[in-house]
Amino acid sequence: MMADGQWAIAAEDLARLDALLASFLSEARLRCALLLDRTGRFLTAAGETGELDPTTFASLAAADFAASDQLAQLLGEADFSSLYHAGERQSMLLADVGGQAILAAIFDDRSTLGLVRLQMRALLPQVAAVFAEMGDRAPAPGGPLDPAWLAAAADEIDRLFNG
Amino acid sequence: MSMINYASREINCKLVYYGPGLGGKTTNLEYIYERVNPETRGKLISLATEQERTLFFDFLPVDLGEIRGFKTRFHLYTVPGQVYYNASRRLILKGVDGIVFVADSQPERMDANIASMHNLYENLAEYGYDPRTLPIVLQYNKRDLPNALPIAELREQINPDHLPEFEATAVEGEGVFDTLKAVSKLVLKSLG
Ligand SMILES: Nc1nc2c(ncn2[C@@H]2O[C@H](COP(=O)(O)OP(=O)(O)O)[C@@H](O)[C@H]2O)c(=O)[nH]1
Ligand SMILES: [Mg+2]
Repeated sequence: MMADGQWAIAAEDLARLDALLASFLSEARLRCALLLDRTGRFLTAAGETGELDPTTFASLAAADFAASDQLAQLLGEADFSSLYHAGERQSMLLADVGGQAILAAIFDDRSTLGLVRLQMRALLPQVAAVFAEMGDRAPAPGGPLDPAWLAAAADEIDRLFNG
Repeated sequence: MSMINYASREINCKLVYYGPGLGGKTTNLEYIYERVNPETRGKLISLATEQERTLFFDFLPVDLGEIRGFKTRFHLYTVPGQVYYNASRRLILKGVDGIVFVADSQPERMDANIASMHNLYENLAEYGYDPRTLPIVLQYNKRDLPNALPIAELREQINPDHLPEFEATAVEGEGVFDTLKAVSKLVLKSLG
């Protein structure tokens, strides 16, 4: 499974995902939208991410989602397909993308939960289709991890992690 | 597990610090956070209870510099050690690329070390991860304590498979970076 095995994301795939996020952003009148994988790694974003630290955001949002999955199971639900967090000025809707990724939409009073939900429902199958294709494709050849790269990385580890 | 992003030219690896409660996992991350070049690390996030015990995880991202056009990023996580938090431990193992098992050298914690090691193998099996191919290193922590067990005894009890092992006094930082270096090199090697 792609989300669990070693996997790669190609520039073309990312461009397609970015295009989908960009149209979602305007249709749903979002502040920003972020895409991350189920293990908490940030993939890409659109909109005003400003001060938001995407690495931290991705790690916490994946944990949030994973915890709710467990809560769902306690209630006898297979999972909660989306999560909503309401704030005073901004709110957030998180949704599962085919069990492989998480889409987060952050919006303020320029939009409404109803609109965001509606647009998200239309978007999710398209994003899931990109992920499914990525999963089916063999990993791109000519990765960076040849022996020379590994030797250089080991040197960098020694240099950086010297306490 | 690891993810290579050819668009942003980034390699992401997940390292998890595992082990019994109060063994020193959070202390390892705090020391790394303090000592690593601030430009290479992100925020240290701790989801902890009021008693400062890890509730869900600690998280620290650390970047290696750019190597031949690719940036490598290690995501360091700790798990909560308390027995009753197994659901969170399992969640954090999802997509793991390498593990540091932090053992507590005190004799009264030996049972907890063993139980936690069993729990790790069980949780890995649940995901279908093979502990024989997944990089795992062992850290014998709290070597400063006068009652610390001899290494030979610890090894016999919790390292029958001869995993790479390190002595540490995480509160003073001793052994912390040696352990991190070892696991991160093993992880990159496992990708190649
Ligand atoms: N004496 C001693 N105490 C340590 C050492 N490492 C951690 N501790 C202490 O052990 C306690 C638990 O450490 P912590 O990192 O929170 O453990 P965790 O539950 O594994 O995250 C804290 O009071 C630490 O200061 C060590 O090397 N020697
Ligand atoms: Mg802790």
